[in-house]
Amino acid sequence: MNDTATASLGIPRPALAKWLPRAEAVAIPLAALICGLVVFSLFLLTQGKSPIEFYALIYKAGFSTAFSWQNTLSRVAPLLFAGLCVALPARLGLVVIGGEGAIALGGLAAAVLGASMAGASPLIGLPIMFAGAALVGGAWIGAVGWLRIRRGVNETIASLLMAYIAIALMNHLVEGPFRDPASLNKPSTAPLTDALRVGDMPIGVEVHWGFAFGVLACVISWLLMDRTTLGFAARIAGDNIRAAQVQGLPVGKLVIGFTALGGAFAGLAGFFEVTAIHGAANASLVAGYGYTGILVAFLARHNPLAIIPVATLLAGFEASSGLIQRRMDLPDATILVMEGIVFVVILLSETLYGRLPVFNPRFWETRA
Amino acid sequence: MKPSLSLTRRHFLGTAAAFGGAAVAPSLLPGQAHAAGSLTVGFIYVGPKDDFGYNQAHAEGAAAVKAMDGVTVIEEENVPETNDVQNTMQSMINFDGAALLFPTSFGYYNPHILELAPKFPDVRFEHCGGLWGADDPKNAGSYFGYIGMGQYLNGIAAGHATKSKKIGFVAAKPIPQVLNNINSFLLGARAVDPSITCQVIFTGEWSLAVKEAEATNALADQGCDVITCHVDGPKVVAETAAARGAYICGYHADQSPLAPEMYLTGAEWNWAGVYTDMVTKFMAGEPIDNFVRGGLADGFIKMSPLGPAVSDAARNQFEATKAEIMKGGFAAIKGPLKDNKGNMIAAEGEAFVESDVALESMGYLVEGVIGSTS
Repeated sequence: MNDTATASLGIPRPALAKWLPRAEAVAIPLAALICGLVVFSLFLLTQGKSPIEFYALIYKAGFSTAFSWQNTLSRVAPLLFAGLCVALPARLGLVVIGGEGAIALGGLAAAVLGASMAGASPLIGLPIMFAGAALVGGAWIGAVGWLRIRRGVNETIASLLMAYIAIALMNHLVEGPFRDPASLNKPSTAPLTDALRVGDMPIGVEVHWGFAFGVLACVISWLLMDRTTLGFAARIAGDNIRAAQVQGLPVGKLVIGFTALGGAFAGLAGFFEVTAIHGAANASLVAGYGYTGILVAFLARHNPLAIIPVATLLAGFEASSGLIQRRMDLPDATILVMEGIVFVVILLSETLYGRLPVFNPRFWETRA
Repeated sequence: MKPSLSLTRRHFLGTAAAFGGAAVAPSLLPGQAHAAGSLTVGFIYVGPKDDFGYNQAHAEGAAAVKAMDGVTVIEEENVPETNDVQNTMQSMINFDGAALLFPTSFGYYNPHILELAPKFPDVRFEHCGGLWGADDPKNAGSYFGYIGMGQYLNGIAAGHATKSKKIGFVAAKPIPQVLNNINSFLLGARAVDPSITCQVIFTGEWSLAVKEAEATNALADQGCDVITCHVDGPKVVAETAAARGAYICGYHADQSPLAPEMYLTGAEWNWAGVYTDMVTKFMAGEPIDNFVRGGLADGFIKMSPLGPAVSDAARNQFEATKAEIMKGGFAAIKGPLKDNKGNMIAAEGEAFVESDVALESMGYLVEGVIGSTS
């Protein structure tokens, strides 16, 4: 072992120590993604279908034309918010999988507030609906954090069961007290006025503002988690809760705060579904975004910035699902099979971190 | 209003070329080019198209269109009633050149079709179940059938078959289309024996197999010996009921292959005729009405062939009533009739014929139905 050696290629050691982990964090998931796609190609071959045609269709439907990008990007917003609802608690060591419930209740809150303010100016109405959705979502998932830290209730189970309660509650309220009597065969809340709808961004394709707010939420979450002392404290609590408590960190407040923040983001997914897409709350709010968010967060390794490309990629996959059904005569579940295989391979690749010599600075030193 | 930017085909082709997608695609992707002068028709389903139910009924209609000359049919299943369906419709228009779309689920209409139709004035959107109104886009339309009459005939078969005088109904949600079916089913049975009651259980969801099985078992436990349903896929209800020894009246499509001995009859959609008729008109450039409704006489619905358990007496009353309905203007809801809370819904001499639009906003269960809408 030569402690004084500098690395090969003239790269000084601090630079290596800084960049090798980053290279590792990009290379391993990317390699795992490619491995997953190769495994899936084998699956396609067993079905007598061409993997080349399959991937060409994904490119065509998800990423080739202006409409393809519209199709992809218009699916991203709820995945960004739902991904954050999983990723933020995960940095504190909590596996929260019930974002679906916060989406449903957040959307309901936005719709009910909006319906009660018919005729209000958007400058007043939309912020109130926005805040209402975030508060309700935050309270719902924050309660999961509270149960965890104050009552020792397993947060994974609690969040999942609370999602069922939330969906049932939303259905009950939409079909009962908050039902618009004019919504005959699809019970819904009263429709929002046009002034209280969120429109598309002025970028030439029809993608609503939820996308921009979702990206902003990811950036803010990243700054908070990776660039502030608060986030540092949260990460310590996530790595070793005992050590954090010994250090006197307010672990309870951190857990409740970050689960609530995640829930608030999920509530905003509901806000944008209601204000930009449906114009009312109804059963269509429960579309599985909360569960896809779990996949997004794990693929992004709970890094809020990485959620953006991962969500875009998954949205592109889902955008291509229809064309694949129509052109290749494959069932719509094909894309889910692919996502599942990729998910498993990426989870397996977690075991590789720190074990590949090429990402160890010493690998380069001994070559010098 | 939301700012809109319609994606015309010229715009689309231009950007496609700019992105290089157009150059790659044709060489790799077979089956997308279609002969000039032909029509591409898109069908969109909310569930699987082999669900023995709502979606299968539409897919059978699509299959009839597929057999027509000069028509290419494209289909997509399991499309949720979210922004996804807007993307699917646009994808069919942009990538496949579809000019006539049949988005078949109720929730596709508002807001999704209403949003897209003005942006694609050359495309025709034909929607199942909605109530097209004069303010809605002219290139959109809605169609539906008086399937309550089918449930009335189901009720006649059930009324003869039941020994316990209790029949059961597994329902998704307490909405007008479902309530009309429940009421018609019971009234059909009461045309045989006025002492019959019908227990209804709402599952709360259009497609939730576990709850449908639980509900069917609960009905059988309570002594219901004929069971029908209104959920998207009646497969689970039919199989569970047969396993419990209850007779089945089908819905949406023909479920007799699932339980040939226990299947009495069924109220089925007959979309093949409706769809081929609309496509023929569209290709000939003839106008299609924006608001289309029809019943048994118009070929919008049909009955499954009567099963082996149907008695001769049942068959006679069934056929006689069917002939009556075929004449048109039949009313299942007619006075004097109360709802199951005791409110008068039709006075002596008052009748709601099958085509009465008032039936499409029904909010009650008739006397003899055990259950509640809330």
